[in-house]
Amino acid sequence: MGRNGHSLIAVAWRVLRLAPIAFLAVFFVYPVLTIFGISLAPEGQLDLSGFARLVTSDYYVNTLLFTIWQAAISTILTLGLALPSAYVFSRFQFRGKALFLSLATLPFVLPTIVVAAAFSALIGPRGYVNAFLVTTFGLDAPPIQLERTLLLILIVHVFYNYAVALRIITTYWMNQNPRIEQAARVLGAHGWRLWWYVHLPLLRPAITAAGVLVFIFCFTSFGVVLLLGGPRYATLEVEIFRQARDLFNLPVAAALSIVQIGLMFAMMWVYTRLQRRISSEIVAAEASAQRPKTQRDRITITVTLAFMAVMLFTPLVALALVSVTLGFDGISFQHYQQLGSNPRGSVLFVPPLSAVGNSVAFAASSTALSIILGVVSSYLLLRNNRWSRLLDAAFMLPLATSAVTLGFGFIVALDQPPLNLRQSALLIPVAHTLVAMPFVIRSILPALRAIPENLREAASVLGASPWRRWRWVELPLISRALLVGATYAFVISLGEFGASLFIARPDTPTLPIAIFRLLGQPGGSSYGQALALSTILLLVSAVAFILIERLRTPGARGEF
Amino acid sequence: MSKAIHIPISISRIIVPTICLLLTAVLVRAQDQTTLMLVTHDSFNASETVLAQFQEETGITLEIIRLGDAGTVVNQSILSRENPLGDVLFGVDNTFLGRALDADLFISYESPLIDTVADEFKLDPEFRVTPINYGDIALNYDRSYFEENDLELPSSLQDLTLPAYRSLLVVQNPATSSPGLAFLLLTIMQFGTDGDYTYLDYWQDLVANDIYISDDWTDAYYNQFSGSAGSLGTRPLVVSYASSPPAEVYFADPQPEVAPTGSIVADGMVFRQIEFAGILQGTDNIEGAKQFIDFLLSMPFQEDMPLQMFVFPVNPEAALPEVFTQYALLPQAPMMMDSGEIDENREAWLQEWVETVIR
Repeated sequence: MGRNGHSLIAVAWRVLRLAPIAFLAVFFVYPVLTIFGISLAPEGQLDLSGFARLVTSDYYVNTLLFTIWQAAISTILTLGLALPSAYVFSRFQFRGKALFLSLATLPFVLPTIVVAAAFSALIGPRGYVNAFLVTTFGLDAPPIQLERTLLLILIVHVFYNYAVALRIITTYWMNQNPRIEQAARVLGAHGWRLWWYVHLPLLRPAITAAGVLVFIFCFTSFGVVLLLGGPRYATLEVEIFRQARDLFNLPVAAALSIVQIGLMFAMMWVYTRLQRRISSEIVAAEASAQRPKTQRDRITITVTLAFMAVMLFTPLVALALVSVTLGFDGISFQHYQQLGSNPRGSVLFVPPLSAVGNSVAFAASSTALSIILGVVSSYLLLRNNRWSRLLDAAFMLPLATSAVTLGFGFIVALDQPPLNLRQSALLIPVAHTLVAMPFVIRSILPALRAIPENLREAASVLGASPWRRWRWVELPLISRALLVGATYAFVISLGEFGASLFIARPDTPTLPIAIFRLLGQPGGSSYGQALALSTILLLVSAVAFILIERLRTPGARGEF
Repeated sequence: MSKAIHIPISISRIIVPTICLLLTAVLVRAQDQTTLMLVTHDSFNASETVLAQFQEETGITLEIIRLGDAGTVVNQSILSRENPLGDVLFGVDNTFLGRALDADLFISYESPLIDTVADEFKLDPEFRVTPINYGDIALNYDRSYFEENDLELPSSLQDLTLPAYRSLLVVQNPATSSPGLAFLLLTIMQFGTDGDYTYLDYWQDLVANDIYISDDWTDAYYNQFSGSAGSLGTRPLVVSYASSPPAEVYFADPQPEVAPTGSIVADGMVFRQIEFAGILQGTDNIEGAKQFIDFLLSMPFQEDMPLQMFVFPVNPEAALPEVFTQYALLPQAPMMMDSGEIDENREAWLQEWVETVIR
């Protein structure tokens, strides 16, 4: 590539790097500021009584404390449980590893109401486990009583977020040189010492990146807390929904939203300040994972997989089981067959195939958009200066913003040409991308930071153009992290995360929307069909994960 | 490493279709004069043939814009009042009517068909909104549980606080659920807000009798209530609609002789919800909007609604399907509250309820 090629790329990069900032400004900052303006200054006069309301009652303070507390416990639990599995997945090579990792992401795609149904089928008072225990041991009452407990909220938070932590940490770990660990072992580090002095410091960038995502996710938890915890527990997010959607009290909703966004921004600010550039020794991943050699290794792998199967897969299996047994004595696929028929000739009817088609189309667009914007953003954030830290915090904010705030913001802000997008289906991938970008960035950035500067310099010295350097040196090193980001972007969109329920949309029903519609009407077959469609959503996601896997750098196949 | 050349090709497999999709999405938006935009909630439903008939007769293309639940539809419409999302709004009920009218959302229109509507449903004398259907919020019970345990059905709200009904009832959180709010309003009408025994005292007794408060109707009905087909729920009483039992029969395959659930429509135990439609201020297709309101009141649509949305038509002449005549009970004296009163007090009542029941 000649000199012209260089300058062309330089110009292209200058334009491209503005894209994520412009995207965030137009589709996040502008709508959110507009709705805050309308909420806090309805007559043009600034009215801060919404904030005053927050401090007049200790209810809001208690809500805030509970929100932080449950998010912290959920995050610690998730990270603590995911770390040992991450060790196994990054150190050992075994059959079905890639598939297992992919499938661990499945819980993320399910709407909360479906997860509630799955857990109720599994460990509810009349669920499979209790029924088995009662008949086997002749008990009088179901022994597992988790309904309406904080424990159940925590379990479901781990269920949802486990794979986020597992995949981010595993990906990062696989690129670390195993010789560091070997050296430490030779020097006498074993057991907790090895973890405390070697693994944890080495993994800190990945652990904190995963921790930040899980924390924000649990902090803004809405459905899980409401449905499984019951009205006794309320997070800030629940309160925002209640004020905005149910009471239409916009000043208080805006005040709460600002508190929530402000807190998240402060947390991200501290987090990015603490992030140091770690120049650890990275290696191509092929070298790091090995086949299990000893009996002990094999037992470790088996125990890990068994734990994950119980934690992540049994609720999904329970869901699939109910979908073929609900209302029958044996197994029947009647609910699946009925999905395709429309005996009432309704306009509400969604042919399952078209729901799958819409879902996949939205998910593919969101994934492509968030990968492009996420990669560019990650490079912007790579420079460790004040602006990049500010930007890093800003990119995370959509995840910390209530769906109802964003939805209302779209309605009031995007209603004039050239941005008359309110009734456009385009807004759905845009909303999904806002939520998915933080996942892409948090996946890629640790990997990007781990690339030593001298590797880039060496490539340049050897005559590689910036493009070739990126293409042949950097991209292979971040490709697996990219894959994790892409998977999450896909899942977030497929799961139809919150905001799109508040977007005016023409009739392009997705799988989750079709599930909600079925769940909204009484009658056993509606419920059975909703569970059948949820199972189809799981299958579609599983197939998509396997396909995404195949897009990966062929050289690293079987690793991830 | 040389194999890594596959990446751009693979990525292009995603990007190219995406760009095509985005372009189509933009191009398809071209609008024409004969399009009518209906803004509604996610449970709006009708027969394809009935809607097609309207489009044929009027030459209007109907486009349905959905906005989540009924409350969201009203809120979003108020937010976008200056530049409305559509021409007609369907789906504001009497619990949100005050909010919508206060915000001056609608243009008055007195349909020539309004005489076919029973007078009790005409809540707005200026006809800014037109009543279309109604439904009754009532307790549903699990028939087999009550038969097996030889238990009498509760005949008043007060009965629900008796030891016989301990741990049997599921209600929805009125702060997050529309039937939940209706049930709260019912208790307010029954027990009042002041005196020796207010609605809050009643709720305290309910809580003492171990009711289950669920966040929404779906969870309450399918996960907690024992009567819905195949349910793993454990409680035989739930707040739902008087039209739920016909739905249980209609959606069962094969259809049972006796409905597995029933509704309790005794005096003082039923709250009536009326659903309205209105022409949105700022529409540029007022003639089409009027035609659509007329269509909503016309016999084909009125007779279509019961099986599509499980509600009752406001036209008493409209014929009901068999599952309705056979399995739906109509209350003698359903209760209704003035929608202005609801709007004025909603927040205070919910706050009191939360403080009494939850903390």
